[in-house]
Amino acid sequence: MLDTPSWKKILIILVMSWALIYSVPNLFPQDPAVQIGGKTAADVDEALKERVQGVLEKGKIEFKQIAIEKTRLMVRLKDESAQSKALKTIAAELNPDPNNGTFTVALNLASTVPAWLRAIGARPMSLGLDLQGGVHFLMEVSELDIKAQNETRLLEEISVLLKGEKLRGTVTRGADGPVATLRSAADRDRFAGLLLNRYPGVKFALGVGATETAFPLVGTILPEENARAISTAIDANLTTLRERINSLGVSEPLIQRQGVSRIAIDLPGLQDTAAAIKLIGSTATLEYHAVDETARGSDKAPAGSRVYYDRQGNPVVLLRRVIASGDQMVNATSMFDSQTSTPAVSVTLNSTGARRMLDFTQDNVGNGMAVVLINKKPIEVTVDGKIVRSFDTKEEVISVATINGVFGAQFQTTGLDSTEEASDLARSLKSGSLSAPLSIVEERIIGPSLGKENVEAGLTAVIFAFIFVLAFFIVYYKMFGVITCVALLLNLLLVFAVMSVLGATVTLPGLAAIALTVGMSVDANVLINERIREELRSGNSPLSSIVAGYDKASGTILDANVTALLGGVAMFAFGSGPIRGFAVSLCVGILASLYTAVSVSRGISSMIYGGKQKLARLSI
Amino acid sequence: MELFPHSSKINFMHWRGPALVVAVLLLVVALISLPTRGLNFALDFTGGALIEMKFEKPADLPAIRKQLTEAKYPNAVVQNIGADDTEVVVRLRVEDGKMSTDMLGTSVVSALQSSANPVQIVRSDFVGPQVGKELAQQGILAVLFVGIGFLAYVTLRFEIKFAIAAIITTMHDVIVTVGFFSITQLDFDLNVLAGVLSVMGYSINDTIVVFDRVRENFRTVHNIKPFDLLNRSVNQTLSRTVITSFVAFLTVFALYLFGGEPLKGMAISQMLGIVIGTVSSIFIACPLLLWLGVTRTDLLPRARDESDLERRP
Repeated sequence: MLDTPSWKKILIILVMSWALIYSVPNLFPQDPAVQIGGKTAADVDEALKERVQGVLEKGKIEFKQIAIEKTRLMVRLKDESAQSKALKTIAAELNPDPNNGTFTVALNLASTVPAWLRAIGARPMSLGLDLQGGVHFLMEVSELDIKAQNETRLLEEISVLLKGEKLRGTVTRGADGPVATLRSAADRDRFAGLLLNRYPGVKFALGVGATETAFPLVGTILPEENARAISTAIDANLTTLRERINSLGVSEPLIQRQGVSRIAIDLPGLQDTAAAIKLIGSTATLEYHAVDETARGSDKAPAGSRVYYDRQGNPVVLLRRVIASGDQMVNATSMFDSQTSTPAVSVTLNSTGARRMLDFTQDNVGNGMAVVLINKKPIEVTVDGKIVRSFDTKEEVISVATINGVFGAQFQTTGLDSTEEASDLARSLKSGSLSAPLSIVEERIIGPSLGKENVEAGLTAVIFAFIFVLAFFIVYYKMFGVITCVALLLNLLLVFAVMSVLGATVTLPGLAAIALTVGMSVDANVLINERIREELRSGNSPLSSIVAGYDKASGTILDANVTALLGGVAMFAFGSGPIRGFAVSLCVGILASLYTAVSVSRGISSMIYGGKQKLARLSI
Repeated sequence: MELFPHSSKINFMHWRGPALVVAVLLLVVALISLPTRGLNFALDFTGGALIEMKFEKPADLPAIRKQLTEAKYPNAVVQNIGADDTEVVVRLRVEDGKMSTDMLGTSVVSALQSSANPVQIVRSDFVGPQVGKELAQQGILAVLFVGIGFLAYVTLRFEIKFAIAAIITTMHDVIVTVGFFSITQLDFDLNVLAGVLSVMGYSINDTIVVFDRVRENFRTVHNIKPFDLLNRSVNQTLSRTVITSFVAFLTVFALYLFGGEPLKGMAISQMLGIVIGTVSSIFIACPLLLWLGVTRTDLLPRARDESDLERRP
């Protein structure tokens, strides 16, 4: 009759203890904290700890604790005002030059969950941006740009290969890819063999209409190659963005690829959004070009050259060939050039760039070399009713210098207007140049005070939803109402535990979904209780009514919940952002309510009524 | 305690004619309003920018408008929100499909920044028109996916006539709910979309519970006309239907009362959906079953199901 097998009882107890332990971390308050990270883990040591402790004591800032946690130094403080004071003091001490800091100093919230709980993987849910405050960006690379860039790169590499193999011929841009035209069939076959191994992403076919002196190899860039190029560009951008964002001092930035050509960036707790946009929104790159000495002072460009303009609007004719570009840059620091007494940027190139620079300077000492600053600002325009993203590109010659000697990996660019410009440029270039410009397609800022309001509003809503429901059940179903309430509370516990273990982020819509699943799990319980009443009415004994009530309701509950779950899965699959947060909570909530309503609540009632052989009436 | 007499014998099916008229009427109003009035899509779907900011001192709206016009935002809509005059919301529309980073919250706020009356961003949304379009497409896809999923599941577990009746009922509820947003011109944002999707879930859930009883009665009660059987099923589940809806309504009402501004739209869509979903499962879904000519034999070949049911815990 009404007895639950012991293994099920044990399972219920195990599941609920598990839920209790893993939802407990959410109850621990978080300490306002300042976290300090170094360039490498070795930078964060006892000496740093003492140094930080020293300034805090000198500045009379009270702190709870200073400790090295993993690779970071965490200073826990009493309240938020002490936190912001500590941040300023520590930053001033560790990074006297804000543009060239060794340490990243950031605001954070430190967990106060005991170590033994953390050791078993119990952690609190992380709060979404809408609850914590912060900035969300969605950036997009232009697929067209990347395809064009990749084609140019292939063209260049293939010409180099052609020359390297001492083959005579030309490489030109064809309709779908590079076209190599060789002078003999033998050369062409040999070159085709070389290309086949090196460029699996390009299909080379023998060109039609070959004459006796022209044997073309027509390349077609395959879709896989383009996809690979986009992937590479996204990966490069991810790396670059991570480095750039590290310098912003955000405690837990989230930077991840979304879809084919997008990157989502979440910066919780970030206050200075202007700095973030400057860093990630615009792209600055430098290109080194040789001055076309044949056309000095002219404003007409011979073939292979192009007219650029400097800040004053004077034309400068430069060779089109790029000697070195931003993506070959390893490092750039702002400095004050003692010779010219102007702000300058010292630049270090990677080996490819260095070799090209060395090759060029060897033959051109005394000739001019110019630096072109290219600023790309993303814009969206409509062409034939379609929205097209493009870039407002500003090219400017920022310096024309005479090459004073042969140099390779390291040199200086002088002639910048102010120290501010020099440090701005250096900062933007230092973290590497973006291999493809990104445009911001979505930005959401939530101020910290609004975040707090949202947390309060969301929690109040869930609590009140709960109180309404509990009160109703106890009045309406009496003893079974109490069982239902226990089941509902355990349901909530289970939801919090699962969400915490999954590392899910709670958002405001997520809290709304939890409130909604409270409503849904109510349904399961109502179905059971109504069914029990019905069985009682049709004259069954109390015990068999309970059994029949649970059994008959289970099928209905399953059908009803599976359909609701379908909705949740669809929201997760097709939604993004807030809808996903809603969907995750909804699905977890539905599954938890299935278990608690059917299995747990039955277990409880069998514990209460199971032993009583002669039950006269039920309190329902 | 009982709110509803368990022995209720309301002749719901008798009212199926008028009920259908009302349902069709609601549907027609929604279907007329949707293409003509449209939805007041929030910038989540249209693209655009919204910046909510707080000044230290009361804000001078005309001065702000002038400042914005001078600073390349000629079409900015500026409004006061909140109880005091310090909170201002600025809305920027996408012009000719054009959207530039000048419309980012920080750029707009920096145009208004002054030492005399410093201003801070409370909240800012900037959504490119392309992203907005994709979000709208995702929303439609989600609704379609949920619909097809429901159809498949109900066909599998019940029978095709049940599935058709359930899906028509659900679509009716969704269209009427969305139509309500069209008529009232309330903001339709991502949260409301999530609300509408959960209305789908709720509506089908409610219908399934009634259908479940219909199926059970078809299998256990003999010699009864479908008309009477449907009435009996609705009456048997009536108490559950009303209690569940009432309690679910209460939880969403809590959301409406305490969930704050961002969740108001979602809560409204859900409150409405719960009411419509409940009523429609009685007055639309069951009459549809009748019209579709559901009979006992529709459910008989699935004898295997019954043994499944019995084995269930």
